[in-house]
Amino acid sequence: MLQQQLVNGVVLGATYALFALGFTMMFGVLGVINLTYGVYFALGAFAALWASKAIGLSVWLALPVGAIVAGCIAVIVDTLLLTRLRRAKAPELSSLMVTIGATLFLYTGLSVIYGTEVRRFAPDFAPSAAFEIAGVRIVATQALIVVAALLMAGALIWIVRGTKVGLAVRGVAENPDAAALMGVNGALVTHLVSFMSGALGGAAGVLIGLNFNAIQPFMGENMMLRGFAVIIIGGLGDLRGALIAGFLLGIIEVLTAGYFASAAKDLVAFALLVLTLWVRPVGLFGRAAAKRA
Amino acid sequence: MLDTLSDLYWTYQNVIHGVAVNGILALSVYVVLSIGQLALGQAAFMGIGAYFGAIATTKLGLPFPVAILASILTPAAVALAIGAPTLRLTGVYLAISMLGLGEISRLLLLNWDYAGGALGLSGIPERGDVYLLYGVLIVLIIAFIFVGRSRLGRAMEAMREDETAAGVMGVNIPRYKLAALVVSAMLAGLAGCLSAHLSSFIGPNEYGFEEATTILSFALLGGIGTPLGPVAGATILTLLPEVLRFLADYRLMINGAIIVIAILFMPRGLLSWRMKRTV
Repeated sequence: MLQQQLVNGVVLGATYALFALGFTMMFGVLGVINLTYGVYFALGAFAALWASKAIGLSVWLALPVGAIVAGCIAVIVDTLLLTRLRRAKAPELSSLMVTIGATLFLYTGLSVIYGTEVRRFAPDFAPSAAFEIAGVRIVATQALIVVAALLMAGALIWIVRGTKVGLAVRGVAENPDAAALMGVNGALVTHLVSFMSGALGGAAGVLIGLNFNAIQPFMGENMMLRGFAVIIIGGLGDLRGALIAGFLLGIIEVLTAGYFASAAKDLVAFALLVLTLWVRPVGLFGRAAAKRA
Repeated sequence: MLDTLSDLYWTYQNVIHGVAVNGILALSVYVVLSIGQLALGQAAFMGIGAYFGAIATTKLGLPFPVAILASILTPAAVALAIGAPTLRLTGVYLAISMLGLGEISRLLLLNWDYAGGALGLSGIPERGDVYLLYGVLIVLIIAFIFVGRSRLGRAMEAMREDETAAGVMGVNIPRYKLAALVVSAMLAGLAGCLSAHLSSFIGPNEYGFEEATTILSFALLGGIGTPLGPVAGATILTLLPEVLRFLADYRLMINGAIIVIAILFMPRGLLSWRMKRTV
């Protein structure tokens, strides 16, 4: 039974990790807690749903469609909302507040357009075959979710750590002015990071939509609580931390539901968040940053 | 004349109450914004206050003043528990943990069978009246103006403009931050308790993200130079939906748009007055 719970936990954790990776990267590079992130999550799922129903795309094509649509919208929203504040070097709380307003606007807009009822993928959209390994039942969809999440997380970490583009991204994260002086096109990096984060959020939305087969405009709101917890536990802006904390949260949530009480499952994220703030605010692998005026 | 007034009162009772309750909530968010912090916990604190106040009168049959006390002290305790570790860190952590608090208190209330779960609490006795509401609001505004003009107010404004510099000048930053958060929680709890005892019903979904952002938009629309700004913002945003009834579903979109526009284009809000000080 424990093995089965662990498998379910890993599947859930994979989606949390993917969601949190984009969220934490946005903060790490752009310095903004962008609350519209939950909207990209829902938009990704809606775009994939549309692609599968209207065009009849398979899951392997609908997933990138969801990610790309969410990414593009992330770039547009970021440009509209934050360019002006970035130019004025506004404090991070102003940026946070702008994204709060935009989130309310977008959520309400989405629910006016789509209504609040739950939508579902067609039953034959994702492979539903199940196979058994050592007594543990794994549905093909679950395997697909974990593989897709790990591939995307790996690609992201490779881009950031191992390519020249990634060097520019890390440069902007470290110090935008210095990076600009070294010839990095800051605006381009900003767009790129917004796109990648939005795409990860959108992809996580598609995968969660597959996992629970339920899509609705406010699905991002519940997810944001997990997102906050994971990026704080992993350390703000820390990709590796977010990846590990995401899996941890998924596993702990499933175990809590299985062995304790299913209602307590929703409390886990917040309890871990507050605990982290009390005992280790820099996150799992973080180092305390020096405070500068 | 008196008859017309009384007719008007009965027709627009909800709006008249709403303006005062939202005014108190606006002051609650003003306390933290005025020291440069962003706390989105007002809706959660309001919910906690509403629930504990309503349980005190409805379930336990306690007198109204006791309910008020409960609705002030419980959110304050929650604010202490979350604020104490968070406020040592940068403002982002406070903002995030407060957003988390909002979501978690909604989930807790949904699953709390004693308090009605998803159905909420109904049959709350009607206590307090329009005089009490506006009395509280006016006392609070006057108190805030006095505080704002004192040394304390100067220290708070210094923190908002430049925290590091204020700290160097001898302002005890962590203590001020925690005090502001606790006071803010108390006011929100009070507002929640008062509104619960005027509407006879409360539900777990009334205190979520939308309410939190609406409360924030009061202060951002009005401006946070003086306590009158947020109250004016609350008044406008409470009356606006009545005037713009045809917007129905789009009402929250407008609140969202107001926040965005206020931050981007009029960072000082509608009432951009500053405090006059002699100290």
